[in-house]
Amino acid sequence: MEPRRIVSGTALPLDRSDVDTDQIIPAVWLKRVERTGFGAGLFAAWRDDPSFVLNQPQHQGARVLVAGPNFGTGSSREHAVWALEDYGFEAIVSPCFADIFRSNCTKVGLIPVEVDEDASARLLAAVTADPTLVVTIDVAARTLSAPAAGIEAAFPLDDFTRHRLLEGLDDVDLTLRHADAITTFETQRPEWLPVTSPPG
Amino acid sequence: MATSAKTLNSPKTLSNKVWERHVVHAAPGEPDLLFVDLHLIHEVTSPQAFDGLRLAGRRVRRADLTLATADHNVPTKGIDQPVADPVSAKQLRTLARNCAEFAIPLYPMGDPGQGIVHIIGPEQGLSQPGMTIVCGDSHTSTHGALGALAFGIGTTEIEHVLATQTLPQVRPATMAITVEGELPPGVTAKDLILGIIARIGTSGGAGSVIEYRGQAVRSLSVEGRMTVCNMSIEAGARAGMVAPDDTTFAYLEGRPHAPSGPAWEQALDDWRSLVTDDDAAFDKEVVIDATTLAPHVSWGTNPSQVVSIDGMVPRPDNALDPPASESAHRALAYMGLTPGTPMREIPVDTVFVGSCTNSRIEDLRAAAAVLDGRRVAAGMRALVVPGSFRVKAQAEAEGLDRIFTAAGFEWREPGCSMCLGMNPDILSPGERCASTSNRNFEGRQGKGGRTHLVSPAVAAATAVAGHFASPADLEGVA
Ligand code: SF4
Repeated sequence: MEPRRIVSGTALPLDRSDVDTDQIIPAVWLKRVERTGFGAGLFAAWRDDPSFVLNQPQHQGARVLVAGPNFGTGSSREHAVWALEDYGFEAIVSPCFADIFRSNCTKVGLIPVEVDEDASARLLAAVTADPTLVVTIDVAARTLSAPAAGIEAAFPLDDFTRHRLLEGLDDVDLTLRHADAITTFETQRPEWLPVTSPPG
Repeated sequence: MATSAKTLNSPKTLSNKVWERHVVHAAPGEPDLLFVDLHLIHEVTSPQAFDGLRLAGRRVRRADLTLATADHNVPTKGIDQPVADPVSAKQLRTLARNCAEFAIPLYPMGDPGQGIVHIIGPEQGLSQPGMTIVCGDSHTSTHGALGALAFGIGTTEIEHVLATQTLPQVRPATMAITVEGELPPGVTAKDLILGIIARIGTSGGAGSVIEYRGQAVRSLSVEGRMTVCNMSIEAGARAGMVAPDDTTFAYLEGRPHAPSGPAWEQALDDWRSLVTDDDAAFDKEVVIDATTLAPHVSWGTNPSQVVSIDGMVPRPDNALDPPASESAHRALAYMGLTPGTPMREIPVDTVFVGSCTNSRIEDLRAAAAVLDGRRVAAGMRALVVPGSFRVKAQAEAEGLDRIFTAAGFEWREPGCSMCLGMNPDILSPGERCASTSNRNFEGRQGKGGRTHLVSPAVAAATAVAGHFASPADLEGVA
């Protein structure tokens, strides 16, 4: 993963709650065995509607997606995060994310920016009114700001994840520092625990 | 293990007990590093994880704790033929190739062990109390019915587990849902979990492991508990669990991978300690009166949008806060429903009995009991997709397949099928389906398709009536 420090750019307002992973990337797209190319399937069903916000010229090139509560609910498909990233988003703002989606975001480097309902509602209104509004997310400071609209908000990000994002660290490398502890743990597991090779 | 003397002696919840047993490394300000006892994989979310391993030149640490099956993509008829969809075929081939390369046991399409990943773990006795189980699939919560801590992960995490057999995880909050009293006759595990989600909402369990407790949960079979735990994710939870008890032990005993002989006794001794201590506190508690529950039908496009089958399509402006009302309006438009319509008057085109929520043998028995001696309504498309080859074989041994086919159902091969429409089993735009699956999202079962979540008994009765119905409605109808 590349380091993630600052995201700064225009934003796209998606004023819907409970946006589920089947909307973000429909199942027909999950047959790909590659990790790239999912941007074309982002919100595929909704994009058929010419008035859908992704189709509006004033929001092209947005780096931040501003959505309603419970964004990313549904399946564990990381393809949802890949689709958002491949399309060009670098951060998602919502008052509340589904757990697995949020975790997948931080693994890939898409910043989940959870702000309170009030800040999120004001941001939605501001970017809808002014598509050129610049929104800045500072990972180190854990803040979102849109000075031109007078919006400033903090968002939660645990120290470990923040460090990982800022340094672009690989989780497997971090874990393998504890390889000895894993080996010790393995020798202490109860013997009755199953193995997956066919019983015989 | 970094467990202080204080936490050793203080009362604990079930999920925290299981958690603490699996901590390989803990440090302040870092997530705990948890050991994974069982890693289940399938064709859809794993290919990119194996690519990542190859790129980094890493091996699979514990192929002996990893099991793969093909389920999401597999066709449910003509499986002796090559898979017609070339993209699905490639994904299935990729899984087989990856499993061969990394020596991971695989149940490929058509194998007697094949089935939906969450059906085969428990039926093989691989999912046991006190284990940590992960899979690149959100409904991994199903395995919590046996007292395991089981949760869904993303593809980057799959790669991490393959490489290290561990996962860095922040400890979730604890939540108790206590269902007091007994479920009324005709009210099933599916109705119970739909009722819970209607009550707490789709993010009611966010950040938490739910422990289901209380008389009504204790009275459920292990398969019923799986239906409940399965849909924990629809309530936004990381996982769902039921403390193991004699019902659990009876279910496990004699299964292929369950301990036997002296190991069984040792395991039992240990498993009996896997209960929440009397004085342990949960971060959140919800109490539900089982006697107030009825058979449920979802009307909207998220699984909290549910009413009793005796109810009607709600009027969204009544008693809802503005965002809920807005999303209800959208849902009604998508579902093509008029507020105030009694649920029993809504005609249904298709009935699907299947998915990891409701495709085990007890689910098929419940549906077959309703269908025995009856016919589906004229024009009804009805299919039943057993969760695994073992379920299918058991059902055939009991003659259930003949009841289904005599009633006008199609009897299919195992897989996820119409639960998510990755294989040829999909809805057409506008088609209305009573489905025993778990997600009624827009387009989930096919673009434009309209999904109503129900129990197997209600699905079967609906197939016969042609509109939503409960088995009791069919008395005297052949
Ligand atoms: S049956 Fe449905 S919910 Fe279950 S694993 Fe398959 S696709 Fe997912």
